[in-house]
Amino acid sequence: MPNFLTRAERAVLATAAERLIPATDSHPGATALGVVDYIDGMLGAFLVDPPRIWAGGPFSGRNGGDATFEAFSPLGHLEELAWRTRIEGSLGIAQRERLGPVTGWQQDYRDGIASLGTDFCDCDNREQDVRLSALSEFKQLLYVHACEGAYGAPEYGGNRDLAGWNAIQFPGDVQPRGYTDAEVSGRE
Amino acid sequence: MKDCDAVIVGSGPAGATAAHVLTEAGWSVIILEKGRNHLLELDAPFGPMNHVSNDEIKMVRRHFLGPDPWLEPRTYRRTEADGERLDIGDVNNLPSTVGGGGFHADGKLPRFREEDFKILSHAGPVEGTDIVDWPVDYAEMEPFYGEAERLIGVAGDAAGNPFASWRADPYPMPPGADMYCAVLTGEAATRLGYHPYRAPTGVNSVVYDGRPACNNCGFCAYYGCPIEAKGDPVVPLRAALRTGRCEIRPESIVTDVLIDRTGRKASGVRYLDTNMQAHEVSAHHVVLAGGAFETPRLLLRNEIGNPDVVGRYLSFHFQTFVLGIFDHRLHGHRGRAVTHLMDDPIVGDDATAAAARAVGLPFLRGGIVEHGAAGQPIMEATHSPSGPMHAQLMTDSTLRDCMAAFTMQGEDLPLATNRIDLDPQVTDVYGLPAGRVTYEPHHHEIATAEHWIPRLEAIMREAGAGHTFSATSPALPGTRGDRPGLRAPMSRHIIGTARMGDDPRTSVFDRWQRLHGIDNVMCADSSVFPTGTGYGPTLTIVALAIRAARALL
Repeated sequence: MPNFLTRAERAVLATAAERLIPATDSHPGATALGVVDYIDGMLGAFLVDPPRIWAGGPFSGRNGGDATFEAFSPLGHLEELAWRTRIEGSLGIAQRERLGPVTGWQQDYRDGIASLGTDFCDCDNREQDVRLSALSEFKQLLYVHACEGAYGAPEYGGNRDLAGWNAIQFPGDVQPRGYTDAEVSGRE
Repeated sequence: MKDCDAVIVGSGPAGATAAHVLTEAGWSVIILEKGRNHLLELDAPFGPMNHVSNDEIKMVRRHFLGPDPWLEPRTYRRTEADGERLDIGDVNNLPSTVGGGGFHADGKLPRFREEDFKILSHAGPVEGTDIVDWPVDYAEMEPFYGEAERLIGVAGDAAGNPFASWRADPYPMPPGADMYCAVLTGEAATRLGYHPYRAPTGVNSVVYDGRPACNNCGFCAYYGCPIEAKGDPVVPLRAALRTGRCEIRPESIVTDVLIDRTGRKASGVRYLDTNMQAHEVSAHHVVLAGGAFETPRLLLRNEIGNPDVVGRYLSFHFQTFVLGIFDHRLHGHRGRAVTHLMDDPIVGDDATAAAARAVGLPFLRGGIVEHGAAGQPIMEATHSPSGPMHAQLMTDSTLRDCMAAFTMQGEDLPLATNRIDLDPQVTDVYGLPAGRVTYEPHHHEIATAEHWIPRLEAIMREAGAGHTFSATSPALPGTRGDRPGLRAPMSRHIIGTARMGDDPRTSVFDRWQRLHGIDNVMCADSSVFPTGTGYGPTLTIVALAIRAARALL
């Protein structure tokens, strides 16, 4: 699967994401959950066709039915405009600047990772946290995307081996099996 | 020769219902829907598209059902003193897709009660508000409510709500499975003297009308049902298509209602496709069904309708959230999001009356309290802190699996200053001015929330919650939510922006939902509601749409 970030950028991103979602005995950290793959897949969504924006439907295949999530849905041309603007930025293209210039997530990540420093992975945790907190907007962007990658459907690249859902005892998508009435109403 | 008998703007519950009623009677209709079609095949046998799924990233985070807030931004300010706008983007966005708001709703479909149609007569005026009686009453609505419940397929318990107004027939289906968390909170509410009941829900509890029973997957509100266990809006749209007299044109953005030379008749509409090419549809009737945000936006752009009223009296539901954290898992991800309601805050009691007097109001009318579960994991995670606490909170699932939620849909009294108009600068991708919300709650809504928060927290504690907290939308002044991006009401219940009434000087549409002055323009959506009530609007939208469409025949 083609990537957007370089190997070095991915290493910094993994270390930063791990500070936001650190591992414990019962919960893998962001790195093991595949958060970097999720974010890189999003930044490079348009390197594949159809783009990695919307997984297919109706079923993942994990609970019966065909595994249709993995066949991503095509976007309409206006939807593509919106998502390219969001991810790539407006880049001076008039059509993308209707509401003013947009810095895309690709640039946000490139800049954020660069600002953390090439030595970020070698710093102690305290210094890493200081540097992250100094970039509060980037830290917030990364955290929201890390949450999506940790606890979203694995077809987007994160939640590796369903480790995110398993750690929090969330069964994830359940169609077409669903739950019995007894499972809904009973205590267990 | 016109292209069709009626052109319908919007394919949500209002437009779908109108299409069904009109085509059943032999009319030809063309539905123009600005969003994409993810609902059903537009060729026989009109099967499901199978696009929606149990996928929080796609359905909640990435606007799959639209509208994309960058393509179709809306703007928000509290009052004119805020300047042109405070926020741009997602403001009360309902899905922009074939099926509209019906597609993503979790399908709680209560009726209004008799007094809701006559609040001014029933409860008296409230200074600073423009509450009015509806030009229709419950007795006239009752048969249409029954028809709407049978059409969509509503599961409910006719004897469950002691405050409900009379009904001629039972619900067409028994209620579905009670969620465990709602059993706990419902029993607690009963012990404390309240009256919870099993929510009337437009979700099948048994096989109905050829569609399956709900299998409790739990991905209900904001999702769209992958197995068609929810009847609205797929049932009326499929019925209309099956007559052979209905055409649905997705990705068709209506820009203008065309008025003939007399100025007294509409001749059709003009719309853009997504390549910005203009098209026209001629019709004997125009039915507006874009919802209470888009309908006034269209009228304002066209300068159609009473200019003193169009866009005004915008009402939402003032939402009060009371959350309880339990010491064990409630598995609220199983079941249909909310399975119990209670009307006690609408009806009130001696304590409510005393609280109203204390703030100088004749009444405090809250709304239905939904007994339901918390959100889903990504929402839980983004509301949890990053760093050392994250994993522990998520594995304990304090904010999801151990949390139960009450949502009170408080009645929002209509004010002339609360309105939708056209933003003077911001445009959508079609070059049309964005709709702008100017809204702040009346002190009635705030006082009602402040009265009910401790009472609802007491129910949560009685149910076993060790810790409770609350929030409102819009946020109470000075609270944590009173900040950029969170200030606009989250409610997707949008009401009252082109109210109906008998007096053309104080209303936009007449009691048959026809435009004063241009009687072949009918509005089928909640724009026409004169007041908002404390109940979800959808069943009343459908019942009114049946009534208004049938009156055209």
